Amino acid sequence: MATENLVMKATGLVKRFGKVTALDGADFELRPGEILAVIGDNGAGKSSLIKCLSGASIPDEGHVWLDGKEIHFKTPMDARRAGIETVYQDLAVAPAMTIAENLFLGRETRRQGFLGKYLGALDKKKMLEESVARMQELKVGIRSMTQAVETLSGGQRQCVAVGRAAAFAQHVVIMDEPTAALGVKEGNMVLELIRRVRDRGLPVVLISHNMPHVFEVADRIHVARLGRRAAVLNPKKISMSDTVAVMTGAMPPESIPAECLAH
Amino acid sequence: MLRNSATLTAAVALTIGAAATAFAAGEPVVGLITKTETNPFFVKMKEGAAAAAKAKGAKLLSGAGKADGDNAGQVTAMENMIAAGAKTILITPSDSKAIIPAIKKAQEKGVMVIALDSPTDPAEATDALFATNNYTAGVLIGEYAKAALAGKPAKIVTLDLFPGHPVGAQRHNGFLKGFGLPSNEAKNNELAKPAEVVCMADSFGDRAKGQTAMENCLQKAPDVNLVYTINEPAAAGAYNALKKAGKEKGVIIVSVDGGCEGVENVGKGIIAATSQQYPLKMASMGVEAGVEYAKTGKKASGYTDTGVTLIAAKPVAGVESKDVKTGMDLCWGKK
Amino acid sequence: MDSLKGKLPPISQLGPFIALFIACVFFALTTDRFFSAENLSLILQQVMVVGVIAIGQTLIILTGGIDLSCGMVMALGSIVMTKFAADFGLPTVIAVLCGLGVTVLFGLINGLLVTTIKLPPFIVTLGTFNVAFAITQLYSQAQTVTDIPDAMTWLGNTFQLGGGAVSYGAVFMIILYVLVWLWLRETGAGRHVYAVGNNPEATRLVGIPTERVLLGVYVLAGLFYGIASLLAVARTGVGDPNAGQTENLDAITAVVLGGTSLFGGRGVILGSLAGAVVVGVLRNGLTLMGVSSVYQVLVTGILVILAVSVDQLSRKSTR
Repeated sequence: MATENLVMKATGLVKRFGKVTALDGADFELRPGEILAVIGDNGAGKSSLIKCLSGASIPDEGHVWLDGKEIHFKTPMDARRAGIETVYQDLAVAPAMTIAENLFLGRETRRQGFLGKYLGALDKKKMLEESVARMQELKVGIRSMTQAVETLSGGQRQCVAVGRAAAFAQHVVIMDEPTAALGVKEGNMVLELIRRVRDRGLPVVLISHNMPHVFEVADRIHVARLGRRAAVLNPKKISMSDTVAVMTGAMPPESIPAECLAH
Repeated sequence: MLRNSATLTAAVALTIGAAATAFAAGEPVVGLITKTETNPFFVKMKEGAAAAAKAKGAKLLSGAGKADGDNAGQVTAMENMIAAGAKTILITPSDSKAIIPAIKKAQEKGVMVIALDSPTDPAEATDALFATNNYTAGVLIGEYAKAALAGKPAKIVTLDLFPGHPVGAQRHNGFLKGFGLPSNEAKNNELAKPAEVVCMADSFGDRAKGQTAMENCLQKAPDVNLVYTINEPAAAGAYNALKKAGKEKGVIIVSVDGGCEGVENVGKGIIAATSQQYPLKMASMGVEAGVEYAKTGKKASGYTDTGVTLIAAKPVAGVESKDVKTGMDLCWGKK
Repeated sequence: MDSLKGKLPPISQLGPFIALFIACVFFALTTDRFFSAENLSLILQQVMVVGVIAIGQTLIILTGGIDLSCGMVMALGSIVMTKFAADFGLPTVIAVLCGLGVTVLFGLINGLLVTTIKLPPFIVTLGTFNVAFAITQLYSQAQTVTDIPDAMTWLGNTFQLGGGAVSYGAVFMIILYVLVWLWLRETGAGRHVYAVGNNPEATRLVGIPTERVLLGVYVLAGLFYGIASLLAVARTGVGDPNAGQTENLDAITAVVLGGTSLFGGRGVILGSLAGAVVVGVLRNGLTLMGVSSVYQVLVTGILVILAVSVDQLSRKSTR
């Protein structure tokens, strides 16, 4: 049975865009130390759900709790301040800038003393050291933090984006299609990194269309359908094809065998 | 009933006919199109045209491009003026080639087109040209300079407009001819460079660029004693450069234009002599030609020199010049 | 060799300095007066107006925008400064501040149109270019403003340095460049300027106030145009309503020659200084050699094409 010690919880989320109802009373639960995959067909409401959790959207109805406290995010910055980091599909990196610069983009460390406080001078040495340390922690194998992000391969860039989120997140990391457009080797590299993030104690919400990848890393699978949560599945028990069936509606939630549901 | 309406119709028709005839025999309409609205040279032209129109009982329409080089603006103005009844168009063409198709269209409609101040290319595309003889303007200041130097070996710096412009070439070559040095003829657009010319640079007719050009030439030829400038803003810039180098007393600067600011500078000793040109005359002659055409159908033709006068504070022997006061009376721009 | 390549700045950034070096060496060898302290300091004075305009232009181009109104705004600033002093008898400092106020206002207008109405900078500044020009002509009635107080031309005064006379204005220009260079390199705000130009979506997503950064850049550029107005007045000694007409393109040329990418996000501001100086060196050197100015235009055009190509090629090779 679900423990009450949830990192994030949402109930009855409703979001309408004009005549279109994107979320129709959706629920959500995220447990500590897990990788929760969120899957669903186009229009199922998974992007809208994630946007409500990351502060990019304000739900019309419903409640969201983080670590037991109810929260009302108005902007993505609110979510960030609350310790939720998001890795967007287009990575949100400045290609011409270095890895270290990108890691600290928007939250640059200032120097101590007068120069830092009043003139805004940056402590570049410290930022570089931290970048090296964090990426080493996550065992991301990039040689130099001072190389420009555009010199990296797609998979390496993804690692930088994931590493950035992991480095600063305190409670939750949300990832939107992190392995899309990656080859086999690079995709696996990113999956490895996602596991390491979870192992460091950060729960991960993973949106993906890539079933094999989902089955490789996810602890539980949240299926979104028609703006609601259709079911939460156990990847160790249910088959990939049945999962797809639940996603498309071919297999209604009632007919899912009990052992395939995640508890 | 029918007879009454017939009479009424006939009466109305007669009235309209009479009015139309009266209108047709009414004031001639002349259009003036300058390069820009704001350049004091063209402002003076407009003044001259307006005064002549009033004196001769003509109606003046005026327009301009947005900036130097705005051909499309001038074409539009021309079309609008012709539609409003202008039978003569006076124009200072911004682009001497691009304006020609519009001129041809106007001429096909029986409109007379006269170029003012600068010719079209070819010049024969317009019915007539009323302009300064820029070569003569150069010759006058060249003669003055020669006399003013009084036999000293000349070390000349020329601050020209930019390569290829006919007016720049005419003034430059005229100056050298007037000075008595080997030069090119009036139709030649190449700038002559006899040995006495120690430096040639482009000023674009601009004060700041004239200063830069003079500074660079001073580096090359510090012993310059005579500076020819394409116009008075360039001359003012040249003077600034000379002053900064402490050389302004030993160098004669000559120029062309005769704008009020320039003539003031002659009075201040900044420019030794300048050839004054007469935009007002160009415009008033143009209006007169327009009125003549409307009344008698006789078109103006050929090139009419609207005259240049040498204005100098200190006259020199053998060269006729007018003093600064005369220059100020006749100048264009704000006094 | 690989590690050395990694340590040197990319060729697009070194390029302008190399070009400047080559040009100086060439003219030093072919003329006898180029390489003198007097001549070199003269060149600095000649480029100081465009040089300072180019600071503002560089900032705007770094954010992926462009400013076609810079020269006209500068001209308006100089007319306002000089007329306020000559017509209203305002003390120099106040008159100068009024001129700066006008140019900053134009920067603000440009910035607001770009950030709130979201119009492309090219179109916006094309419009303000015309507006600034018209106001300048109307207010000055196309008359040059003379009788300005000596204090206003102070920056044009020179002091002796090693045989040449260096103007305070040129020194000021260099100081400004160094300050802006430091700001761009060493502060978060400076980094944000690069980030906005490199990937504006990304900056939004990481929480940087993109609109505020853009607005700030346009306003700051307006301030630099105002400083350039003062330098123009100091150099020529008058308020010239016909100034600034070629400075628009000259400033953009200096920025492009300096290695800043027109697509935004890349470039070093000191390069713009080198770019401006290179143009001045060409003009001066070719005049000393007695070569027609047509060739100066030709060489400048070739250099611009080279600069843009180098930038494009060096970016492609990193993929």
